[in-house]
Amino acid sequence: MKQIYLIILCLLSLGASAKDAAPLADDPQTEQRLISISEEMRCLVCQNESLAGSRSDLANDLRREIRTLIKEGKSDDQIRAFMVERYGDFVLYRPPVKPITWLLWIGPFVILLIGIAGLIMYLRRRNSLIPNAVLSDADNKKIDALLGSSENEKGKI
Amino acid sequence: MRAKFLIPLVLFIVLVVFLAIGLNRDPHEVPSPLIGKAAPAFEIPQLGETNKSFSPASMKGQVWILNVWASWCVACREEHPVLVELAKSQVAPLIGLDYKDKREDALAMLAKQGNPYLLSAFDADGRVGINYGVYGVPETYVIDQLGVIRFKHIGPITIDLLNQKIFPLISELKKS
Repeated sequence: MKQIYLIILCLLSLGASAKDAAPLADDPQTEQRLISISEEMRCLVCQNESLAGSRSDLANDLRREIRTLIKEGKSDDQIRAFMVERYGDFVLYRPPVKPITWLLWIGPFVILLIGIAGLIMYLRRRNSLIPNAVLSDADNKKIDALLGSSENEKGKI
Repeated sequence: MRAKFLIPLVLFIVLVVFLAIGLNRDPHEVPSPLIGKAAPAFEIPQLGETNKSFSPASMKGQVWILNVWASWCVACREEHPVLVELAKSQVAPLIGLDYKDKREDALAMLAKQGNPYLLSAFDADGRVGINYGVYGVPETYVIDQLGVIRFKHIGPITIDLLNQKIFPLISELKKS
């Protein structure tokens, strides 16, 4: 009796383990390309994850879709275009450079330039604020006295 | 020159305004690139009558609404009464796209909550959904006489949205 239970248990567990594995492409090359493409894409359901890393249902489906496209012999650019057509530039972690994204790409550098310009202006103004030191006669005498005394001291040694 | 001390304050206020705008925007509302483009073609079986199929081409010549739903989606259940109202108003035919669902579950939900759809297409593997850029069910599309997507809403539609956006848009589209 025990043996029958064991056999049934084994059979049940077979069914369970068959479900776990995520569908993978047959050849590792396709899988490699899938990863390199999907790592550069945003999962739209959980937006802080890449399409490669996300376990959401949609990400699974999209990876399946990309696998099919790879098998159909589509290039990486064509696959990217496929995704952008449906979900917009938002899926790309590296948005393309075009008028609407100019601010995004150039903005930080513009702010840096403004900062540098501000710094230069500030430093120049500060320089001009410091008056050129003009020595009075009394100052000159003091200096002569100090220089003289140090020379005297040198002479002693 | 007196007002110089105000500069950091002004910069701070500008920063706060930007952050406030950023916080109040819903990051899940991604503008769809499909607006203004032809609705992707498909032909898949219907939910109720499995031997019949549905294709958007059959809706050419009229303004219609495509609503992506599923029995497993909680927000769809929330949205359902609004769809029933929409169907009652008879402004435009409402077609459902049952997304990655089980037939019996979907039919049970419609039986329980009422069926606002003229018919529902049954997208078992979610391929049609992908072509429509679906990523958060429910989603609603308004498609014009020429088969061009004119409007898309992600998330449950509300009575306010119907009155403020969808109904005016449909009556405008019907005129042209």
